[in-house]
Amino acid sequence: MSRAALFIGLGLVAVAVALPSLAGPFLVFQLTQVLVYAIAILGLNMLTGISGQFSLGHGAFFAIGAYAAAIAIDTCGLGYGWALPLAGIVCFVAGLLFGLPALRLEGIYLALATFVLAVAAPQIFKLSLLEGWTGGVQGVFIAKPEAPFGLPLSGDQWLYFLVLTVGLVLYWTARNLVRSRSGRALLAIRENPVAARAMGIDLSLYKALAFAVSALYTGVAGVLSALTVQFVAPDSFTFVLSIALLVGVVVGGVGWLPGALVGGAFIVFVPNVAEDVSKGLSGAVYGIMLILLIYLMPTGVGGLVGRIAARTSRSRT
Amino acid sequence: MELFLQQALSGVATGGIYALMALALVMIFQAIRHLNFAQGEMAMFSTFIAWQLLAWGLPYWLAFVLAVALSFLGGALIGRLVFLPIRNAPVLSHIAVFVALLLIFNSLAGFIWDFSIKPFPSPFGTAPLFGGLIGAHQAGMLLVILVVVAFLFWFLRFTRIGLALRAAAANPESARLVGIKVDRMMALGWGMASAIGAVAGIMIAPVVFLEPNMMLSILLYGFAGAVLGGLSSPGGAVLGGFIVGVAENLAGTYVPVVGHELKLPIALFLIVAVLVVRPEGLFGRGTVERV
Repeated sequence: MSRAALFIGLGLVAVAVALPSLAGPFLVFQLTQVLVYAIAILGLNMLTGISGQFSLGHGAFFAIGAYAAAIAIDTCGLGYGWALPLAGIVCFVAGLLFGLPALRLEGIYLALATFVLAVAAPQIFKLSLLEGWTGGVQGVFIAKPEAPFGLPLSGDQWLYFLVLTVGLVLYWTARNLVRSRSGRALLAIRENPVAARAMGIDLSLYKALAFAVSALYTGVAGVLSALTVQFVAPDSFTFVLSIALLVGVVVGGVGWLPGALVGGAFIVFVPNVAEDVSKGLSGAVYGIMLILLIYLMPTGVGGLVGRIAARTSRSRT
Repeated sequence: MELFLQQALSGVATGGIYALMALALVMIFQAIRHLNFAQGEMAMFSTFIAWQLLAWGLPYWLAFVLAVALSFLGGALIGRLVFLPIRNAPVLSHIAVFVALLLIFNSLAGFIWDFSIKPFPSPFGTAPLFGGLIGAHQAGMLLVILVVVAFLFWFLRFTRIGLALRAAAANPESARLVGIKVDRMMALGWGMASAIGAVAGIMIAPVVFLEPNMMLSILLYGFAGAVLGGLSSPGGAVLGGFIVGVAENLAGTYVPVVGHELKLPIALFLIVAVLVVRPEGLFGRGTVERV
């Protein structure tokens, strides 16, 4: 990483840490949501940008994470500190189990298979058989975590810092993963599957692992989202959520991990802006903004940043 | 046995709806190699145009033809204005734009015609035929499907322009070298897909009633049908649509305990299972890629 990028990164973290004391409670809540979605988008981006697969069904893993946490907290009485890693593991396993057969499909067929996942998830959580755990259509309420150790923070602020910390750890892990041996194997699969196989990379294993890791990230985001809104219900996880995550990846830039933050901000704030422009036509305004963004930056914010960086380094030499 | 027949037949009736949607999806796939997520909303919008024309007092078939023609123009225009500039953008950007179009049409229709549920007339009437086995509208719908499939089959296989359209989608560079106007073909594909969508919407609306969200779940089934049957084969896509309809109904009737609540996921999982075994769809041709 270049020194400039490091400074920008540290500056961003400093701003992120300072924000809650400057912003009002509702803005803190919204910023927490931005971070939550950014984590989910980061997970999806690792799948799409690094291993070249894509998923229209990551909302399902978001839901699985949220429900796993809700059940762990509400039914089993565990603390949220335990629920978080537990839900992550559940999602990893779910991703692996789904990925192993589904990733034999390619392109449109994989899109359909993951789409099925997105459509099926809310209906499965609504099942009357599982009502004892999931609360059926009603959903489950979760108490908001309070700041531990007598820290002078409100619940919202504490949650913001919790999400920020988890997000930073996950981001750091993702970056290192991409640069590891496994990360290079995934890049090789994306660039040329045939050549990758010829070099001895087990395609289906690595693809499924990438899917599982990405499911884990999205699942953790689901847990944090459940804690933030203090409520889990099947209808918050329709396929619209999956599509929103995908839009976030595209806006942020496929394959550019910091873009997740931009994507998260887009899917939290732009619908609100659209609502302000016109109540009746908010969907249309959102759509037009999305189309304009794709026109101006066909490769997302990441592509734009890449081009600017390339230009400045060229002018320097 | 009687229950089975009854359920299977009612599955055929809903399957017809999915088959029509699947046809529109196959058409656009032939032209641009993408699945159009906005197809359902575009069809819904066309149906609203037909409804508006009828409300202004036009006779049914005139409104039908006008709505289909307008949809053709609108579709071609969308292809030209929205998708030509991003032709070389990655697949995911296309998906984002499809989603944007979906939102735009949904919101526009709600804004212009509001979200109340409107009845839509059927040109075939609603009398039961063959001793109550099938309704007149369903029978008419099946007829329309047959006509559209036959036309598409003939168009894509036996006309110069249909061949040019397929060539332009399969290999734009080579197609341009032999003198095919690739951009115009793309617009044509969009127009035709949109027109077929209009036909689908107008046929579907008497069954599910007209409102801006009517197409959301139908589009899902249409996708499933099209992919199951094979995206390169109009006949296969139609059959896929019927299979989805029947599978959905039978799953609801015969799978114990969870069958009724989960009939959509069960039907879809069956389809994915089929695809894992036969990835190019039941009737599609596998694509061969040069390594």
